Amino acid sequence: MIRSRTRRARAALAVTGAGLAFALVAACGGTTKDSAPQADAGGSGTEKVADPNAPIKEGLKIAFLPKEIDNPYENLVDQGGIAAVEELGGTGKEVGPSDASASSQVSYINTLVQQNQDAIVIAANDPNAVAPALKEAMAKGIAVVSYDSDAATDARQVFVNQANSEDIGRTQIKMIAEQIGGKGKIAILSATPNATNQNTWIEYMKDELKKPEYSGIELVKVAYGNDDDQQSFQETQALLKSIPDLKGIVSPTTVGISAAARYISSSPYKGKVALTGLGTPNQMRQFIKDGTVTEFALWDPEQLGYLAGYAAAALASGQITGKEGEVLKAGELGERTIGKNGEIILGPPTTFNADNIDDYDF
Amino acid sequence: MNRVHSLLSGREMSIVGALVAVVAVTAFVNPSFVSPQGLHDMFLNASIIALLAIGQTLLVITRNIDLSVGSVMGLTAYLSGQMFIADSGTPVIVVMLAGMALGAACGAFNGALVAIAKVPALVVTLGTLYVFRGIDYGWASATGVHQINADQMSPEFLSFGSGSVLGIPHLTLIALVALGIAGYALHNWRSGRELYAIGSNPQAARLAGIPAGRRVFTSFVISGALVGLAGVLHASYFGTINASVGTGKELAVVAAVVVGGVAIFGGSGTVLGAALGALLLTTITGALPILGVPAFWQRAVDGAALLLAISLDRAVMLRVAERLRKERSLRRV
Repeated sequence: MIRSRTRRARAALAVTGAGLAFALVAACGGTTKDSAPQADAGGSGTEKVADPNAPIKEGLKIAFLPKEIDNPYENLVDQGGIAAVEELGGTGKEVGPSDASASSQVSYINTLVQQNQDAIVIAANDPNAVAPALKEAMAKGIAVVSYDSDAATDARQVFVNQANSEDIGRTQIKMIAEQIGGKGKIAILSATPNATNQNTWIEYMKDELKKPEYSGIELVKVAYGNDDDQQSFQETQALLKSIPDLKGIVSPTTVGISAAARYISSSPYKGKVALTGLGTPNQMRQFIKDGTVTEFALWDPEQLGYLAGYAAAALASGQITGKEGEVLKAGELGERTIGKNGEIILGPPTTFNADNIDDYDF
Repeated sequence: MNRVHSLLSGREMSIVGALVAVVAVTAFVNPSFVSPQGLHDMFLNASIIALLAIGQTLLVITRNIDLSVGSVMGLTAYLSGQMFIADSGTPVIVVMLAGMALGAACGAFNGALVAIAKVPALVVTLGTLYVFRGIDYGWASATGVHQINADQMSPEFLSFGSGSVLGIPHLTLIALVALGIAGYALHNWRSGRELYAIGSNPQAARLAGIPAGRRVFTSFVISGALVGLAGVLHASYFGTINASVGTGKELAVVAAVVVGGVAIFGGSGTVLGAALGALLLTTITGALPILGVPAFWQRAVDGAALLLAISLDRAVMLRVAERLRKERSLRRV
């Protein structure tokens, strides 16, 4: 599920036609909303200006709109977001559709607009399907933040991205290099051969491997398990058999890493072949505890929500407008600078190992 | 009769031949494919599909089909996970029996609609494919448990799924036992032979006094129980379950059955053939990455094997019909 989410996010990013200018133009329509005073009135005319020292408004109402309401990962993200809003003295809530279809979020956006929320934080099921409704919300002065999966760039002010592809790719090489002692053959067990996010990560992995400190590591094969348990199992078996001196496998997909871990844990290869990649702590807990896997990575969903919550509050209070170079103060996460197209990056992925895995439940 | 018999075993021989060829070529490229671990994996990979194929054979022989197997399997896999969440110490055997019972109940539902309401099995099970999957998703969403992970299941259950006796995986032993019983019953029991009669000519079978409805219903229940068991085994084998387990499995199973020489229009075929068909297809899937075939082509190779098997069936059938006609005309002279 994480795979497809990120793929959508990337697809959304690819919609580059409308950039920052659009976001600003759309954002500046917000002078008609009567329930919230315009504390950021410093910017008169057509352009809002960020006032980094503006106080966070009292009693902000911020709504989180996940892809689907009963997705445990999204629930955890929103939990972090609501915690952030409450920290700032506002009220946060989570509403959303029961299915992740492209248009299912539109009616929820309309309802939130009618409820005069101060900000909407959305993980878009489809970047374009939600765009008209979000633009309408921004026209009414509501701050719009997308997180996890982006909406069209002109339909939100800020996008909070979990981690950038480069960090995700490079972190995995760092982990596997450490686990195999910096020397030997490795293979990648990916999802489908044409998944955009997977291929981007793999490109960054290959690039990372070019660094001199990894000269002892050779990437011999990229296999594809199609995110199917049985296929990932058989691909793992094939990798282990066809490359007898294989030292490690990197699987940047949650289905792949758990299937590979399950196979390795019950085979003679356990303890001889290292496995790492992207997985969820609940799925991997068993394999961390039995020693099949020493460390793997993923972003922390609660922190993602927390950052999105702060971004929404800062937007609604006029501390930021979503312009490149503005600085967002995000509580215990510290500061983040807004990048191109209003993108804020959470940071490098979190790594999970025997020491910290029990602190996470997702 | 003798001729038909030798023809059937000929079909099984040809699958074994194909299997040997695949294994030999792969082992030539990479000898570890036939190492003890390699053979262990080969049988383990085929076991669950073989179990499904054995159940499906009982139905296809009677000129029926069950497309809901993937969904039933998903439902019982999810049930086993839920049982462990309710009580992490649930004995493995209880989970298996519960899975088989739920599978048999789903089978009974299909069977009742087919045998009593006389709706074509293709339509009924296409409908229940979605209904059972819907129940699975509904259950997951109502309880808020979307994924059940290895650490939530009992260690005995997981080690059962990956364990083996004398080098033979537990899952393979279960499939072999099911194969032995089903094979014996189909070959020797009166009710087993009646399944062939029903599939060969339903009208004639009914006129001969065979309780066709009851036999078809029973086949659905037995097949359902096997599918239910396969779902539980899937859970113990893979250790991660969500509501989409088994999606698309129906096609793999029908492919295994057809490759195994069970006529899709009923009346002929053996469970041994179907199990060998499952073994052949999963072995091909396992061999392709070792042979370095790009992932893009693997599905296509599976499909090609299916088409080849069907064309072979057709060619053999035409030749047998021709020979029978000649013999008959000779006898008349």
